[in-house]
Amino acid sequence: MDEKEITCIVCPIGCKILVRTDGKKFKLIKGNKCKRGEEYAKSEAVNPRRILTSSILVENGEWPLVSVKTSKPIPKDKIFDVLNVIKKTKVKAPVKIGQKIVQNVADTNADIVATKTIQIV
Amino acid sequence: MIEEVFDVAVIGGGPAGLAAAVSASENGAEKVVILDRNSWLGGILPQCIHDGFGVEETGVSMTGPEYANMYIELAEKHGVTIMSETMVLGFNKKLEIIAVNKEGVYKIKTRGIVLAMGCREKTRWNVMIPGDRPSGVFTAGVAQAFINLYNIMPGKNVVILGSGDVGLIMARRLKLEGANVLGVVEILPYASGLPRNVVQCLDDYDIPLYLNHTVTYIKGRDRLESVTIAKVDKNMNVIPGTEKEIKCDTLLLSLGLIPENELSKNAGVEIDNITRGPRVDQFYETNIPGVFACGNCLQVYDTVDALSVGARHAGKYVAQRLKQEKTKNSEIFVKPGEGVRYVVPQRVNQSGPVHFTLRVTQPGESVFLNVTSDGKKIYRKKLRFVNPANMINFEMNVDKTLLRSNRSLEVSVHG
Repeated sequence: MDEKEITCIVCPIGCKILVRTDGKKFKLIKGNKCKRGEEYAKSEAVNPRRILTSSILVENGEWPLVSVKTSKPIPKDKIFDVLNVIKKTKVKAPVKIGQKIVQNVADTNADIVATKTIQIV
Repeated sequence: MIEEVFDVAVIGGGPAGLAAAVSASENGAEKVVILDRNSWLGGILPQCIHDGFGVEETGVSMTGPEYANMYIELAEKHGVTIMSETMVLGFNKKLEIIAVNKEGVYKIKTRGIVLAMGCREKTRWNVMIPGDRPSGVFTAGVAQAFINLYNIMPGKNVVILGSGDVGLIMARRLKLEGANVLGVVEILPYASGLPRNVVQCLDDYDIPLYLNHTVTYIKGRDRLESVTIAKVDKNMNVIPGTEKEIKCDTLLLSLGLIPENELSKNAGVEIDNITRGPRVDQFYETNIPGVFACGNCLQVYDTVDALSVGARHAGKYVAQRLKQEKTKNSEIFVKPGEGVRYVVPQRVNQSGPVHFTLRVTQPGESVFLNVTSDGKKIYRKKLRFVNPANMINFEMNVDKTLLRSNRSLEVSVHG
């Protein structure tokens, strides 16, 4: 297995975590300041995922867009598939923060959820 | 003039103003008002649609709008009065605020004021980039508002100057929206944004980062046509012969932030030349009794989490001041020494534990933070890793003897 340095993105500290991995197996060597760092390094080594945030068009809203996110981290290689769905989606105001807009987006098991409340004009 | 009376008035309804107002209410201030010139609360947060907010403070990663919503709900719960679309024109040493909105001109009598006006982005003219003056040159935050709030794409082929967090976040955002992001240009030998943003905004999308480079020319008649970038030496002087022209239609500037203190200066608040924010004591109180400062108008924070923690303290202290007058004490000054750019608070006037924040001048590993008084070491802490992008916090006890010594404290960081 190769040694690899992973910069943790869980919090702003950005620990540099040294791991040994071949893309399937994973061994933590050192560098993380917390337990979440270990989880992140493992996931980054064997199954990298990201929360994706973007925005969706709103009809009749006080703003033309509502900000959205995936309800959980999605595989990195699915990011552009999810974006394609987001691009084609429109929603009618009012939108409530936390509202589910797309279910199981691009077969990722994650939903697209509003992160902002938009009132009707 | 319309007269109003409040215990505490907070100027600015961004994250700092919200946290200070909530905290002032929690700590016993009865009539608290937030004055903000926008039609919404949360300041810049609604356009920061990426996640990563709140991790340090709450353990949960939120997007900017979600984080704002958390504090807006708290402010509502505590019955904080909101005056939006209200522009503060000035305040005085008697703690009276003059403000204006559609209803008219207000005179707001208060017993405590919290400054939370935030900061502004540096522009092309702060760093004097030579060349033409075409359209297509934006600050990163303005481009962020265009895309995330107003659904306007600023351009197709984009170069970003400055690797501050907003610049990095925008590199990814533009890429995700289909733009061609040609690179991020940084004059320093290291990225000035947070490490996590370098990873998930640039590395994830193979966006090149040009360290030790700067933009030396902006070309274009109506719309931007190209920028010239060049390598710089250790002293940040351009190395002749390294120039490279990059065709692009958009240049985003992420050059850093300047605390906004026009109101503070007009009222006679003393400003620190380095932080460009008010000089405060350990209670976040400025030289004008009853006027406190917090958030990015005090000093530019790395994260909203750290900013809110500070603003909550300011809110607590303004509420305490309503109940108890400040006792006249001796006062000592705190100065940045070797390796330290600035230290906040700049003054200490009561004994007890004091929370300090500072920034170093350059990155380093395994260094020591030292506090000296008249050459004598009084505090020492080992720091594993320091970076100008990461604010450093430490708490130190200032005892009565030290306070009465009349000698400044000097804070330094070196190997």
